[in-house]
Amino acid sequence: MKNFLVTLIIILIPIKSFGLIEVDITRGNLNPLPVAVSPLSIDEESRKNFESILKKKNIGSEISLIVENNLKVSGLFNPLNKDAFLQEPDIANLKPRFEDWNLIKAQALITGKVSYVEEKLRVEFRLWDVLAGKEMMALAFTTVPNNWRRVGHIITDKVYERLTGERGYFDTRIIYVAEEGPKTQRVKKLAIMDQDGANNKFLTLGNELVLTPRFNPTSQMVTYLSYFRNLPRVYLLDIETGTQEVVGDFPGMTFAPRFSPDGKKIIMSFAKDGNSEIYTMDLENRIVEKITNHPSIDTSPSYSPDGKFISFNSDRSGYQQIYVMKSDGSNVKRISFGKGIYGTPVWSPRGDLIAFTKLHKGKFYIGVMRTDGSGERLLTENFYQEAPSWSPNGRVLIFYRETKTDSKGKGFSAKLWSIDLTGYNERQVPTPTDGSDPSWSSLLSN
Amino acid sequence: MKLSKILKNGFLIVVACLALSACATSKKTTGQMQGDVYTGTDTVEYLASGVPDRVFFATNESVLTTASRETLRKQAAWLRKNSKITIVLEGHADERGTREYNLALGERRANAAKDYLMTYGISSDRISVLSYGKERPVDSGSNPLAWSKNRRSVTVKAN
Repeated sequence: MKNFLVTLIIILIPIKSFGLIEVDITRGNLNPLPVAVSPLSIDEESRKNFESILKKKNIGSEISLIVENNLKVSGLFNPLNKDAFLQEPDIANLKPRFEDWNLIKAQALITGKVSYVEEKLRVEFRLWDVLAGKEMMALAFTTVPNNWRRVGHIITDKVYERLTGERGYFDTRIIYVAEEGPKTQRVKKLAIMDQDGANNKFLTLGNELVLTPRFNPTSQMVTYLSYFRNLPRVYLLDIETGTQEVVGDFPGMTFAPRFSPDGKKIIMSFAKDGNSEIYTMDLENRIVEKITNHPSIDTSPSYSPDGKFISFNSDRSGYQQIYVMKSDGSNVKRISFGKGIYGTPVWSPRGDLIAFTKLHKGKFYIGVMRTDGSGERLLTENFYQEAPSWSPNGRVLIFYRETKTDSKGKGFSAKLWSIDLTGYNERQVPTPTDGSDPSWSSLLSN
Repeated sequence: MKLSKILKNGFLIVVACLALSACATSKKTTGQMQGDVYTGTDTVEYLASGVPDRVFFATNESVLTTASRETLRKQAAWLRKNSKITIVLEGHADERGTREYNLALGERRANAAKDYLMTYGISSDRISVLSYGKERPVDSGSNPLAWSKNRRSVTVKAN
């Protein structure tokens, strides 16, 4: 990743500001914007060079397919069928014939060019407003050829940002638990993949049970629970080096870890003598602090993005409910008062909402509420689902869902799903095996 | 908080009555559950003759039932006779709860068993506790009976 950042040079070509197309993402979008993603053009020599390095016949088309898929999955855009395109990619990138694109009802057009320059991949792309007949954005950057998928994600992020006015979330990764085997003897491994399911990689071998991985703010470290030697403990893993270490020296089970927003602390639960309390450990000086002090179960802590508050779930009222306190443990306030039980609160990156899991009358819901508990909105209902995690721009939630088994225990599966904050655009996120406990990274190309 | 406990217990009794009256018509679950606590023997293994290895819990509960206490007294008697044996108490939850809460709940259940064994003279040095939350169900079904079998604390010989 560092390698990529060094070689990533974004040259911003000044954008003239017009009152051009805009996509409203605050409501459910029932009319996705028709967009034409013209294949990135490529000269024959560059094409051959990339074919020999990447084993892809036409890297320009491959990159545009990634952009197209990202836009489609976002639910906000409707990429048009390429068969209807009248203009050749290279000419379109120079000067689109807007009448032609208008004819197929495209409102936005993405064109571009890939070339092989000094063993690197250079890409330039443009976003056009078809109706206004104007260029909205033009960008160019250079990277190592192996990063070609990320090129597609970065282009999508820039287009999304220009058209919606919000940061994108496409050049990101998901860490999750890959699952296989019978329900009574599940084998679980840590796995990481791109947000679109590509580049899946297993990070552990499955010899011990692993649960609840979560990224640090820079997405280079992961904290998770491992049953290594049958001792459930919170661990820290450096994704680049593969180095692992136990977090703290607790005489019992530690679980439910997350990073503080500055990445300097891990907050988690420690269970002892039938009582689970929330603790933090400073990763620099190893100082451990006890945050809650109550004979009930206190777990699933999550910091507010400014680090000033912590939300968690506790059964101190008799059943599992969501609470918010100051980060020193003072001023504990219950915020969930709806019918049912509430758990797994996670603070949105924008700070204004808390996503949660709710169980009511035998159904599980993923929902959001304001940080004072008002404005509860349930986004999706199912037999079993839990553990929402926010996209870095706070627009999309990823979570996992398990199916009901029949009386013989057949038919079990666990899959990752995503849903828009508006409650629209519910989709299964592709994984090579079953999956659970997803955690969304920050934007990698910040 | 007290009131909610009372209400909850009241609720359990109501559920128990419903379950019993339901039993009169559907034979299938007869004798398998009381309230929603598993009372059958399908999944039970034995540490020694007449010494069951596990106890069962009501939904969201870690309170030991009369039957559970009897099982644990048998385990305590067996452990007193076999003073070199050490044990692990493995606490489990059903699949109808969030993962992290269930890890805590499994730990609470195993500790309820541990505390009871200690009151019958078993030293805490001989007992360790391990929660699996909902990770290791014994019955993979998604129905109330399967869930009742999975809400358990299992005593496992460690040596």
